[in-house]
Amino acid sequence: MADLLLNLLLSFDATLRVATPLVFCAMAGLFSERSGVIDISLEGKMLAAAFAAASMAAVSGSAWLALGTGILVSICLALLHGFACITHRGDQVVSGVAINILVSGLTVVLGIAWFARGGQTPSVGPEARFTPITLPGAEALADVPVIGALYSELISGHNLLVYVAFAMVPLTWWVVYRTRFGLRLRAVGENPNAVDTAGISVARLRYTAVLCDGVLCGFAGTYLSIAQNAAFVREMTAGQGYIALAALIFGKWRPVPAMLACLMFGFLDAVAIRLQGVEVPVIGPIPVQLIQALPYVLTVVLLAGFIGRAVAPKAIGTPYVKER
Amino acid sequence: MSTAPVKIPRWVDVGLIPVINIALAFLVSGVILFAIDVHPLEAVEIILYGAFGYDEALGYTLYYTTNFVFTGLAVAVAFHASLFNIGGEGQAYIGGLGVGLGILALDPYLPFIVILPLAILLSAAFGAAWAAIPAYLQAYRGSHIVITTIMFNFIAAALMVYLMVNVLIQPGSMSPESREFAEAGHLPFMHEVFGWFGVKVTPSPLNLSVVWAAICCLLVWVFIWHTRWGYEIRTVGANETAAVYAGIDPKKVIMLAMCVSGALAGFVGINEVMGVHHRLLLNFTAGYGFTGIAVALMGRNHPVGIVLASLLFGMLYQGGAELAFEEPKVTREMVVTIQGLVILFSGALAYMMKGPVERTYVRIVGMTQRPAAQEG
Repeated sequence: MADLLLNLLLSFDATLRVATPLVFCAMAGLFSERSGVIDISLEGKMLAAAFAAASMAAVSGSAWLALGTGILVSICLALLHGFACITHRGDQVVSGVAINILVSGLTVVLGIAWFARGGQTPSVGPEARFTPITLPGAEALADVPVIGALYSELISGHNLLVYVAFAMVPLTWWVVYRTRFGLRLRAVGENPNAVDTAGISVARLRYTAVLCDGVLCGFAGTYLSIAQNAAFVREMTAGQGYIALAALIFGKWRPVPAMLACLMFGFLDAVAIRLQGVEVPVIGPIPVQLIQALPYVLTVVLLAGFIGRAVAPKAIGTPYVKER
Repeated sequence: MSTAPVKIPRWVDVGLIPVINIALAFLVSGVILFAIDVHPLEAVEIILYGAFGYDEALGYTLYYTTNFVFTGLAVAVAFHASLFNIGGEGQAYIGGLGVGLGILALDPYLPFIVILPLAILLSAAFGAAWAAIPAYLQAYRGSHIVITTIMFNFIAAALMVYLMVNVLIQPGSMSPESREFAEAGHLPFMHEVFGWFGVKVTPSPLNLSVVWAAICCLLVWVFIWHTRWGYEIRTVGANETAAVYAGIDPKKVIMLAMCVSGALAGFVGINEVMGVHHRLLLNFTAGYGFTGIAVALMGRNHPVGIVLASLLFGMLYQGGAELAFEEPKVTREMVVTIQGLVILFSGALAYMMKGPVERTYVRIVGMTQRPAAQEG
């Protein structure tokens, strides 16, 4: 029994670590998509930020400088996306695909040119990473039954960016639902004409939204390369940007449900390895691939309207043309 | 300038602006090469020689081109119905699965001449089926085709790993590959075909599917511009509301366009599984489905443009491999980078140069005082 509990606790612990980049990216996508700009380039921005942060960490040895670089690079790509979709009214999906493909090539090209390690960046030491923090009192409480284990195993002992990610969820909620900017953001994604009529610049609002998106993807990438790992590995995002997008849709473009979806997908990922070869009555052994594909399958089923209905912001995907 | 409005001739829109966009993409690629200390012009020289310089290289170039024609046509057909099919990768994967399953089941019993049409049919059917589900969900359940096709790429990848590792793997083999097909399941290589006529050509992966790709170009051209279905697809793509008034059912058109698209993507399986590897294996699609997006955008969804764009990317893939071999600082991923830039400039930023180019054109025409409409 205690063994099972500990196993479960460790799974939850792993879930938090796996879900962190998903949460960052889902919140990033939320800003952009709520303003009416489809963002399938979460993956690309995260990958670019991961590479930039790892490179900077390797060169400078400073985790904070690395974080700044990661965010900066991600912002540049977000602005490129904005430049294509908002200023030039290009196709938002095409622009996103372009960024994803561009980054997946460029990170390897630059990685090999700069570090000559087959696309990897050199591993950095703990001083250039975000390392686990022990929260105050975790040691003292460790022996207290239930609460102690929960606090010291599950809540304490993550790196700073994990806490930042989960703090972003209420922050995003507050910005989107409780501020003037948030009201306008939601309005511009539903009915940009109305926002324009009220004398507010649609383009500026959408640019602000993709900017927020860029910052958050920068955090996600930095987390991957210098918090969860100690170096950049080619294609290290491995589709997590798309999973975050799926989680965002699963959460129906709302912060808390999106976070819960991230946690669910993270949990699936965390238990996939543990469940390998486990026999389930009737079905037999569960294929790991099934669990890995489950986030995608669930999202498709949701989108098909079989479990509730995911309705996207109304003006999503359509560039705004001011009447002449 | 207050002269009478000048009509912009078609060649500016169809010829000049796309060429400028592609030139921009290559310019940025050159800057990237320059930044990593590779001389761009030397790189071009190596790529050109590596892609066309000797017959083996040409074979490889055309072999890549074949794949890009299939996936480019696939993306283009969907684009004509204003659907964005990002799922070419998954459809090609599943199309290849269809080919492999068919041949594995039939090659002990049937001769090549029977297996070939069956394999083509199976690749089309499997590819189309994999595209039909997102199409159905878009048409009848209102979910977005882009998201569902992305998800289906991942589901296809997971499914293939499961099948290869657990079901189709050759017993006793370490790597997840099926058994090799019997001779009857091999599509002849072009060097073999040339050999029948006594012409000696260096072996390369180029196989007969290049002929099928050419036929597909022709078929797609006829289908899109000279059949009722093509007309309906283009009408829905241009204006869905108008299509409804014209008595066209957009739902059926979405299904049709996506199934044709998926079938075309599935033909990658003919080239890869039946033509080159002669067995089922993992990751034989190698990103060709995504390259199809760049190819279709660059070729402006027209078979002629797609053939040219496919040749260009075939050249980049093969010549890029050569470049990576010659220049240790460059890797094959440079081609992926160029691909991204092409999608960016000729897709997402397609309208960026429109204004400036048209203004420049008007100014030039105004200066030379020629009647402007003559070329239109």
